Amino acid sequence: MHHTVDIRSLYFTYGDGTQALRGVDLYIAPSEKVALVGPNGSGKSTLLLHLNGILEGDGEIKVCGKPVRADNLGEVRAAVGIVFQDPDDQLFSQSVYDDVAFGPIYMGCSPAEVDRRVEQALTSVGMQAARNRVSHHLSQGEKKRVAIATVLSMDPEILVLDEPSAGLDPRARRELINLLATLPQTMLVASHDMHLVAELTPRMIVIDQGRVVADGSTGELLAKKDLLEAHGLEAPCSELTLAT
Amino acid sequence: MELLEKNSKVCPVHINILDVYHARQSRIHRLDPRAKLLGSLMVILTTMLLPEGAWLPQGILFGLIVLLSFASRLGIFFTVRRSFIAIPFLLAALPLPFLTPGPPLWSLPGLGWVVTSTGLMRFLTILVRTWIAVQASIILSATTPASDLLWGLNAFRFPRLIVAIIGFMLRYLFILADEALRMLRARASRSPRLAGIKRPGLIWQSRVSGAMVGSLFLRSLERSERVHAAMLSRGYDGEMRRLYQPAFRTLDWLLLLGMILILCGIFSLSYWS
Amino acid sequence: MRFSPEPLHIPDGFLTPLLAALGWLFAVIIINIALRQTRRQLGERQVPLMGILAAFIFAAQAINFPVAAGTSGHLLGGALAAIIMGPWAAALIMTAVVSVQALIFQDGGLLALGWNILNMGVLTAFAGYISYQGLQKWIGRSTSARVVAAFAAAWLSMEVGAIAAAIELALSGTSPLVIALPAMASVHALIGVGEGLLTSGAVRLLQATRPDVLDAGERAPGKLPATFVAGGLFLAIVLAAFSPLASSSPDGLEYVAKLGGFLARAQEPAFAFLPDYTIPFITHPAVTTILAVTIGTLVVFSVAWIVGRGTARKEL
Repeated sequence: MHHTVDIRSLYFTYGDGTQALRGVDLYIAPSEKVALVGPNGSGKSTLLLHLNGILEGDGEIKVCGKPVRADNLGEVRAAVGIVFQDPDDQLFSQSVYDDVAFGPIYMGCSPAEVDRRVEQALTSVGMQAARNRVSHHLSQGEKKRVAIATVLSMDPEILVLDEPSAGLDPRARRELINLLATLPQTMLVASHDMHLVAELTPRMIVIDQGRVVADGSTGELLAKKDLLEAHGLEAPCSELTLAT
Repeated sequence: MELLEKNSKVCPVHINILDVYHARQSRIHRLDPRAKLLGSLMVILTTMLLPEGAWLPQGILFGLIVLLSFASRLGIFFTVRRSFIAIPFLLAALPLPFLTPGPPLWSLPGLGWVVTSTGLMRFLTILVRTWIAVQASIILSATTPASDLLWGLNAFRFPRLIVAIIGFMLRYLFILADEALRMLRARASRSPRLAGIKRPGLIWQSRVSGAMVGSLFLRSLERSERVHAAMLSRGYDGEMRRLYQPAFRTLDWLLLLGMILILCGIFSLSYWS
Repeated sequence: MRFSPEPLHIPDGFLTPLLAALGWLFAVIIINIALRQTRRQLGERQVPLMGILAAFIFAAQAINFPVAAGTSGHLLGGALAAIIMGPWAAALIMTAVVSVQALIFQDGGLLALGWNILNMGVLTAFAGYISYQGLQKWIGRSTSARVVAAFAAAWLSMEVGAIAAAIELALSGTSPLVIALPAMASVHALIGVGEGLLTSGAVRLLQATRPDVLDAGERAPGKLPATFVAGGLFLAIVLAAFSPLASSSPDGLEYVAKLGGFLARAQEPAFAFLPDYTIPFITHPAVTTILAVTIGTLVVFSVAWIVGRGTARKEL
């Protein structure tokens, strides 16, 4: 029962009364790459924050076979790595090395082990040269890759990404998509970028107003234009409508 | 990247954080930040503890600073040029030559205020001390990147939490200052100066500026919550952990020893004369 | 470099090493208390929240508003931080700001950093917080009440910081009290208006968009111990102003010059010590300044009360 995400009847209401999740059910099998799409305010980010226990809702959540509870948050957070939307929120240390080392340090690894993991994580995202740099001086694309490395160094079984291609220029975006395609982890990607979704994730879950409204193969769902429009989405079009 | 633009009509405050640290290939730059911090403090303490009127020892101390400035490949007059910030505050000590009792030197024509020699001595001593202390501090921050300087505080057993807090401050300073700059630019873009039309008054202006401060705060609050979530996601539990502290190298010990010797020499010189 | 209009960052050279060490001692003690208090208040949000808010204060200090003929007013931020986060958190935030200003920008000395932290970080925050809370009890919690209370609190915080700095300068023999105290107090009475305007402007926005933040700030813990600590510290500083060390009369400065003699004399019985030295209470020029500041404070607070009461009635 490893590398899985199992959510049943998840409800969540924010402190100010907004009901963000109204009974979400979903299951992700090992090594699947799944996209989570939906309009703004549909509950995507809220859902993601439940996966490592930052938010606690009503219902059952199991990651890698373990229920997400207060007493095993440490294990859960090592198993589920979340890459947030704004890389500046994730690069909070004084240097790239410190940021990537943060996770392993808090996992209790020895200095030698920490070093090894940092090296491995930076290599898998192609940023070994940036080891001692200050994150402030990196480009947006570089920051995104380092942000992914900060999570990879914890050796997670499941990788969760919130709007990974947001704010990236075309080249950085292309590099990111290529990188994500090479990573072996089970992946859940929340995104508006329908081209990325089409290219990267064979399976797609559509969420709107706190509920799952569609769950199936990306190819099939992207063909259902009415469904997509009804939920504030657009299929990636093969013909361009040019401005006159 | 400039923090806030100089000579900009948008914001008359001139902050250029990148101006402070000057990257160079020099022995001084490579020294352990803790050693440099200790060295600077020793210089500052020395200048403060030298007796009044010990001009020669203070001069030698200044020579030491010039030497360090040269060794850091910053140029011999680097610290002197940058030391002019302390000048406005010297106005506070200006009354001293007139109010300290002692043998009179000369009196101000017209006003009749008398400058005493003890007063002048005290004023000049304060001048020299402040000047030397500022320059020591300038070398420190010009040869040590901010985050290293912060790490150097570990030598003094600062509470880890406050060091961590300052670390976060340094990290997010640029980002928040950028947001402030964007707000200032947006305000400037919407503040035309048209001939014949009266500009809004002080209260309105301060309301707008106050609102900018308030929204900057809210954005900072929200960002801190996101950063906190990111930290939790990587296993943060509220304790600050560190990898390891490297020991001083030979060069660091040499610097400290050298400085102690020179400073002792300066002190003994002052007690002979 | 920062061309700061507030002459509150005391450079090295202006304070005697002994006084500076004392300042460090007080600062370290208060910082440690503040760390423990905020830990209880905030849990593990403590570090990222305090750090980012410190960055906020630093960045906010760059936000200006034009006053007249090219000059502009700026924020110091101690009172604002205290109103939003409570006194202990504000003390930590301002400590970070003032420390970075000293270490990296040479805004204020390193030996003098202890007192700079106390003047600009602790005393401003605590004075601002206590007066804000106090005023609220009189004039209520409506928007205009909060705005007016914030103005008065921020204004007073600057005065308190300035008075403390003036006394520290006098105790070090750098600037005689008879000049430093009126000068600092009056300059900061003006600067305090700017501080008050910006602080109250920010509070106005928060009251309109996130009043829960202001409510949380009021419920922040530590008001009683904060009152004791800050009140005690400020009282000690003010009393020191009346000591022989700070007297503007020649006697006082002679004592400073003959520190060794002073120590020897202190070993004699106390009553033989006093007759040589007339207690300068009534004719002391510092008294007139402190009286003036107190009257000014009462005026500002009374106006705040009247305005607050008046508008509160209108809103009902």
